[in-house]
Amino acid sequence: MDVNLREEPKAEGQSSEIRHKRNSKLISYWKVNWWKHLLQVALCGLYAIPFYVIIVMSFKPITDRSPRLSLPNTLYLENYIGVFQNGMGRAIFNTVIVTISVVLIEVVLGCMAAYPLARHKCKKNTIISNIFLGVMMIPGLSVLVGVYSLLAHIGGINTYWGLVMVCVGFGLPTSIFLYQNFISSIPKELDEAAYIDGAGTFRTFWNIILPQLKPVTVTVVILTGVGIWNEYMSSLYILQKSDMFTVTLKINSYFSAAKQDFGGAAAAAIVGMLPVIIMYLFLQKYFIKGAVDSAVKG
Amino acid sequence: MNKIQKRMDLFYIPALLFLILFVAYPLGNAFRVSLLKWNGYSTHKTFVGIQNYIRMVADPTFWVSFRNTCLYGFGSTLFQQILGLLLALFVNSKIKGRNLIRTIVYLPAMMSGLVMGYIQYFFFQYDKGVLNEIISWFGFAPVDWMGQGSRAVAIIIFVNVWQFTGLSMIIYLAGLQNVSAAYYEAAEIDGANSMQIFKYITLPSLYPSIVSSTMFNLIGGLKLFDVIQAMTGGGPGNASHSLSSYLTREYFGAEKAGYAGALGVFIFVFIMLVSYCINTAFRKGGERLS
Repeated sequence: MDVNLREEPKAEGQSSEIRHKRNSKLISYWKVNWWKHLLQVALCGLYAIPFYVIIVMSFKPITDRSPRLSLPNTLYLENYIGVFQNGMGRAIFNTVIVTISVVLIEVVLGCMAAYPLARHKCKKNTIISNIFLGVMMIPGLSVLVGVYSLLAHIGGINTYWGLVMVCVGFGLPTSIFLYQNFISSIPKELDEAAYIDGAGTFRTFWNIILPQLKPVTVTVVILTGVGIWNEYMSSLYILQKSDMFTVTLKINSYFSAAKQDFGGAAAAAIVGMLPVIIMYLFLQKYFIKGAVDSAVKG
Repeated sequence: MNKIQKRMDLFYIPALLFLILFVAYPLGNAFRVSLLKWNGYSTHKTFVGIQNYIRMVADPTFWVSFRNTCLYGFGSTLFQQILGLLLALFVNSKIKGRNLIRTIVYLPAMMSGLVMGYIQYFFFQYDKGVLNEIISWFGFAPVDWMGQGSRAVAIIIFVNVWQFTGLSMIIYLAGLQNVSAAYYEAAEIDGANSMQIFKYITLPSLYPSIVSSTMFNLIGGLKLFDVIQAMTGGGPGNASHSLSSYLTREYFGAEKAGYAGALGVFIFVFIMLVSYCINTAFRKGGERLS
């Protein structure tokens, strides 16, 4: 605004000179950077076309033989209606229950476990901390073979809690790791002052530490939540009844069915992905922060 | 203070119990199952000792899946580091529209591997696949992209790289933005050339990012499962199975729980060994740099 106001009263010749300068500046920008923008277009194509294709497919009837890259002639919504008639609503409900339970348990147990590991540094706790870190590397399938017979024994197959327990087992170390790094960065003097004032261990944790954990909790909730929403392997082993299916299992059932209903499959995939995409677009900052925090050791 | 700290330790007991019950015990259980001949659900189990492991060594599909697991793990990781770092440098430069690139490249990393596998399946599919459609514009005959074992493996690596390069990019970007501009200015004043600047400033500052990005991608790649299930289901034949997908087929498809258990124990030992070696190598490299 400021610049415009100052430019206005200037004479004709001067303003064209400025315009000329600006143009030549633009030209030299493009001379240096044209390949970068070409690369940008290529990257957008590489990443957007697969998503574009699946969106287009979801709006075409199964009888449509037009190429996948072409836009649909009419807005055909039957695929989406079919997906919900086929139990997608139920699958979303199941996934929401499992996701919320896992996130809650991981947040509570994670920040609790991280507190002594960050504050009471002794040999024993270093070992415990390393065990938690080591669990992050354990491949899920090695455990799943053993989990399946354990859950079958205690009646956990085809139940929410069976899947929740297994997911918490795999996910807890990441949440402990994030909380541990964060608590270490809180000044120690704060809880020491509380102890001197006579607060107990639990009171100090509850009143001094807990209120400060909001930022890292956002990270944990997003990382865990997205991870569980996308979870496929454990669900495949534990949930075998179709009314217990989570979103990923439901999507999978479309692809493994004999009649290749690709329109329905595309619609199911979009419905399943949409919550994460919307969250990602609005909370991108936190998604990126989560990735960085969980990767780079503090 | 000491007493308080000891009482503090009670706080990790619930988490520890969880891991013992749902990770450590099942892992031990998998080892026990690996010594049995069992179909996975009946009450009839026979103890066969290490026979499942002997069968594993003699099983050609095991070796194919093992080779593929290494390709998925190390191959993807290599490409992801190179492309991730290049993309991070690109997004870090002063260029219009870089936020859009960051958003769109990182998007698939937040999506389910299964769904990403399926949307790429529509790309590489023989009948009506997008890639065949594109090459038909240029007059080429359609190609059965996933019909040949080595090509199927290459495509799965491509999809995994496509999906997770964004994660490496984000990690490298954070590393690049941590390097203080003052270091570069000081180096320039001292007359360092660009090679020296890269070696003595950029590389040491990026080192933590290299370590964590490599570990993330490597462990993710060695565990790869969803994308394979979505794109080939291990085919053609058994040519694109990873150990994970082969294990699942043996467990549910062939109902050989004991053999699947042996595969599970092998994957566990292998991944632990690889992460230990890589970690040690990185620690030594870090000491040399600093």
